[in-house]
Amino acid sequence: MADKKYETPMLDELEKGPWPSFVKEIKKSTDISPACQDLLGVLEVSYEDKKNHWKHGGIVGVMGYGGGIIGRYSDMPEQFPEVAHFHTIRVNMPTGWFYTSDALRTLCDIWDRHGSGLTNMHGSTGDVIFLGTTTDELEPTFKDLTAAGFDLGGSGSCVRTPSACVGQARCEWACYDTLAACNDITQTYQDELHRPAFPYKFKFKFSGCPNDCVASIARSDLAIIGTWKDEIQQDDAAVAEYAASGLDIQKDVCGHCPSKCMEWDGQKLRISNRECVHCMHCINVMPKALRPGKEKGAAILIGAKAPIVQGALLASVLIPFVPAEELLDTIKELTSRIWDFWGEYGKNRERIGELIQRVGMANFLDAIGLDPVPEMVSAPRDNPYVYFKAEDKI
Amino acid sequence: MSVPVETIAEEMFKMVTEYQGKKNLKALDLTKAMIAKYGDAECSKDDCKHAIRQLMDSGRCVYSYFGGSFITLPHKEGAAPE
Repeated sequence: MADKKYETPMLDELEKGPWPSFVKEIKKSTDISPACQDLLGVLEVSYEDKKNHWKHGGIVGVMGYGGGIIGRYSDMPEQFPEVAHFHTIRVNMPTGWFYTSDALRTLCDIWDRHGSGLTNMHGSTGDVIFLGTTTDELEPTFKDLTAAGFDLGGSGSCVRTPSACVGQARCEWACYDTLAACNDITQTYQDELHRPAFPYKFKFKFSGCPNDCVASIARSDLAIIGTWKDEIQQDDAAVAEYAASGLDIQKDVCGHCPSKCMEWDGQKLRISNRECVHCMHCINVMPKALRPGKEKGAAILIGAKAPIVQGALLASVLIPFVPAEELLDTIKELTSRIWDFWGEYGKNRERIGELIQRVGMANFLDAIGLDPVPEMVSAPRDNPYVYFKAEDKI
Repeated sequence: MSVPVETIAEEMFKMVTEYQGKKNLKALDLTKAMIAKYGDAECSKDDCKHAIRQLMDSGRCVYSYFGGSFITLPHKEGAAPE
């Protein structure tokens, strides 16, 4: 660790305690890049002033691409010259975040050569984040990354780097191949990923089951969440073993079922699959006894987002069940209709979920050619936003 | 016969030049303007996409980010230190 260039009493507080500390990590990197000293300096000043000293945005990027580089300049370049430019690079991560150690070393070596050496593994977008380099180093970094088989991720008003849970590679609950689907969508929409053409960002996230390990229901414009259509697979002998080993099935399984679709009489677990909402709770508690059904596929949901311009939104069901083998074609067809509507009517910086709120779900469904179905109602018998007329009675 | 991509790119470039410093234009603004000018039978969204790509790959235009992504002429950034 290099000698301290600035006194940083407030940051030093963040090194105390048993938790990981980003301050500690930045200090360790001061040998690799002089930018790390100035980064600590400017951060200490930010804490003192209670304001950010970065200017964000601009035209920095690599030739031909409109995404992947996030421009940052310090507003105190004379005081902290090593971070006068401190641009971020987003690198498209391998689907499911599977790396070889060789690939990780390659990424780190590239970044030690061209930037501060600091990374986020991974950022909240899912990408590998390279933190801090100068404008002159952007093209050489990009050249080295592409030579090593990596590409930039998304930023700005474009398709953001799609992400997926580990899926069938590591998880027995995955109801479709999330890795294949995510990779296919990433390759299909390369142009939309690198060349911003939308009113605002658009995120795809792929979860293999309703546990939703990539939080797609809360954080993606189009969430693809694995589910099943038939009955939960049940092994009664294994259920009895759980009971014998001390699991309180009534309290810990039935008692937490959101739709109260199961009963335990001390001998036999009875599931009313018709009432099951596929929350996964019972399967998570008794993984050896219960499994998702055999008829697998995914539900497609739309419109989630974290709060930025407006507040947070959770996704709404668009298609309750698509068989796994029809999933990719359905996503692509649906995406094309959604983008047409969004491109036509979306305002600048308006996410698809906000547009749906503005025009109404019924109008949106009409525009993309989908009929309303009961599963689109987020809380049945409580807040239907699709009103049926008497003549629509089935 | 559809309008050549080079012609669309040239028209887009004129528009970006005209609006430089006055209004930030998005890819969608350029696409809608070209379709309005030539009609969607002569100028498709794909043609516009290719035209924008030509402008970017040639370096005549660059993307910028100011809360959203826009298309602009290359310039020295105001935020960049001297």
